[in-house]
Amino acid sequence: MTDVVMPQMGESIVEGTLTKWLKKPGEHVERDEPLFEISTDKVDTEIPSPAAGTLSEVMVEEGKTVGINTVVARIDENGAGAAAAQTAAAATTAPEPAPEPTPAVEAAAPAPPPVEEPAPAAEPAGPLSPLVRKLARENNIDLSRVKGTGAGGRITKQDVESYLAARPAATEPPRPPAPQPTPVEPAAALPPAPLAPTAPAKTRVEPLSTMRSKIAEHMVLSKRTSAHVTTIHRVDMTAVAHMRARNKAAFQANYGFSLTYLPFVTRAAAVALRQFPLLNASLDGNNILYHNEINIGIAVALENGLIVPVIRGADEKNVLGLQRAVVDLAARARSRQLKPDEVLGGTFSITNFGSFGSLVGTPIINQPQVAILGVGTVDKTPVVIDDGIAIRSICHLSLSFDHRLIDGALADQFMSKIKQVLEGWTEEVQ
Amino acid sequence: MDYASALELQRRLVAERQQGLVGDQLLLVEHPHVVTLGRNGHRENLLASDEILERAGVEFHPTDRGGDITYHGPGQLVGYPILDLREWKRDVAAYVRAIEQVLVDTLADFGIAAGRIPKLTGVWVGERKIAAIGVHIARWVTSHGFALNVSTDLSYFQYIVPCGLSRPVTSMAALGVRASLEDVGYVLAGHFGRVFDCQLPLTAPALAGARKRELI
Repeated sequence: MTDVVMPQMGESIVEGTLTKWLKKPGEHVERDEPLFEISTDKVDTEIPSPAAGTLSEVMVEEGKTVGINTVVARIDENGAGAAAAQTAAAATTAPEPAPEPTPAVEAAAPAPPPVEEPAPAAEPAGPLSPLVRKLARENNIDLSRVKGTGAGGRITKQDVESYLAARPAATEPPRPPAPQPTPVEPAAALPPAPLAPTAPAKTRVEPLSTMRSKIAEHMVLSKRTSAHVTTIHRVDMTAVAHMRARNKAAFQANYGFSLTYLPFVTRAAAVALRQFPLLNASLDGNNILYHNEINIGIAVALENGLIVPVIRGADEKNVLGLQRAVVDLAARARSRQLKPDEVLGGTFSITNFGSFGSLVGTPIINQPQVAILGVGTVDKTPVVIDDGIAIRSICHLSLSFDHRLIDGALADQFMSKIKQVLEGWTEEVQ
Repeated sequence: MDYASALELQRRLVAERQQGLVGDQLLLVEHPHVVTLGRNGHRENLLASDEILERAGVEFHPTDRGGDITYHGPGQLVGYPILDLREWKRDVAAYVRAIEQVLVDTLADFGIAAGRIPKLTGVWVGERKIAAIGVHIARWVTSHGFALNVSTDLSYFQYIVPCGLSRPVTSMAALGVRASLEDVGYVLAGHFGRVFDCQLPLTAPALAGARKRELI
C-alpha cells in the first residue's frame, strides 16, 4: 500500500483543495499518471500517482480542502489486489473471502453483500479498533456506510455512534426492508467503501459564491464584534402616507420613479443622527470615532445576496433627492454597476424588509457602524386615540444598536426623534 | 490567434516541455472575443445567456486552468508561460506572485502604479483589476497564464463577474496610457526574463521583428 498525500505546492502553501479525482476507486493507475487535481490560489495542478497499482481507497472528497501531507488516497501496488477488486465488483452477490488483509475496494458497490452467508471473518481494510468492530457487530452496522473521520479516514467509535444516532432518520441506505434473521456481521467483513454513493444523492453540494461567503463572514464578524440589542417603536405613518399619496403621481410623471416610504424614513433618520451623533459613530479600540458626514447605507437585496450602497451626505438631501439616490443605487446594485467607493464609508444603515411584508426584524449591524434601522411594512391598523378607535397607517421601526457604545435610553431617544419627525411630517418632498 | 488554437499549441508545448524536448516558453497572443471558465469556475458568473454572447460575437470556452470566469479579446495581451517549475522554485504560490511582479513592473514602465490585493490574485490599480491570472500545472509544467488589459473594450466584461468577484476592471488605455500590444509585450518579455531568470526563446528582436505579428 502506498499512501497518496496532498502535496506541498510551495513553501507558503499549507493546504489545497482537491477539485477532481481523475481515477475512480478500483481503477488501475500507472506511476506518474495524473491521479487527481488540486487547486491552490488561482492555480490548478494535476497530481501524478506516486505508484502503479489500484486506487484502493479515496479518503478526501472532491471539493474538500485539506492540509498538506494529508493522506488523500491509498494505492495497492499488488496486481492481485487490483484483480480481486474487479472480481469483487463484478460479482458482489457472491463475495469471495478477501484474498489478503488489505483488499482493494470496489468502485461503487451496488449493494451490500447478501447476509445469509456471512463472509469469513476477513480483516477489514484499514485498521479498525476492536471497540469499533464490536460496536459494529452488536448493532449490525455495515461499516462501509460509516464515514471515517479519524486519522487517514479511519473509523472511530464516535463515527459509529453518530452513524447510529442518525441511522433511523436519513442515512439508512435503500436496502430490502426485510429484517435480517440473525445478527451477522456483513459489514465487518467488508472493507470501508469508497465515497461514490450508490443511492440517489439526498443532498447536493454547491460551493458558496464569493459574495455569499463574504456576507457570511461579515455577518458572523458583526455578531461576534457588537453587543446587539434591538428596540422596536411603533410609528404612525399617516401624515407621511398623506404626503406620499399627494405626490406619488407627480413623482412618477416628473421623475419616472415612484415615491415610497423609505426616503421619508431615511430623512427622519438623518435628522435624528444629527441630533444623536453617537449613533453615527464607530468604535475603534478605546476610541469613539464621530463621523461628521451622515452617510446612510441602504440594504439592497440581490438575487443571491445583499449589498449596501451608501447615500453620502444623506442629511443634505430632501425626500426627492433621497428617493432618487435609492432608486439609482438599487438599480445599479442589481446590474452590478456600482463603483467600489459607493459601498464604502457608510456611517449608519437602513434595511427595508417591510417591502417583503415583514412586520418587524432584528437586523445585524453593518460593521464598523454601531446601529442599523429596520423598516417594517406599513399597514392600515385600528389604533386607540383618545379612547376612540381610528384607522392609521402603522409601521414598526426596529433599531439594532451596539450596546458597547450605546445604551437603551439613548437608542430610544433616537427612535423617538425619528418617530416625532415621521408622525408630524410637514416638510414638502420636492 | 483563436482560443482553441492557443489551447492546442499550449498542449503540444506542455507535452514537449514535460519530455524535455523544448525549453521554457512564453507565448504572447491576442484572442478574438472569448469568455473562458476555469475548472472550478461558476457558470452563474456568466451573466449573459448563450444567445446574447452569440449575438455579441463572443465565444464561450470551458477550460482547465485555475480561477473562475474571464474574458479575453482584442486589445488584451495574453501570456501563456510554459515553464518547468522544477527548474525554478517548485512553488506555485511563488510562481503566481512572480507573474504578478512581471505585470506590476511592466505597468510601472508605462507609468501605472499597480499592485496586489492580498488574497485576490491578479494585478490591481486601486480597486480595479487590470490583469487576471489563471494557471494550470501538470508535472510542474505550467500552462495558461495571465491577461493584461492594454486597450481592451471593457464593456465586454459586463457579460461576466470577472473571476467571480464583483469588482470593476480597468485597462491601460482607460488609465490614459496609449500603447500597442507589441510595445507592452516587448517590455513585459524583458521583465519576464529578469524575474524568472530565464533565456526566453522569445527574444526582443523576435518580438520587434517579423515574427511579432504572429506572436502577438
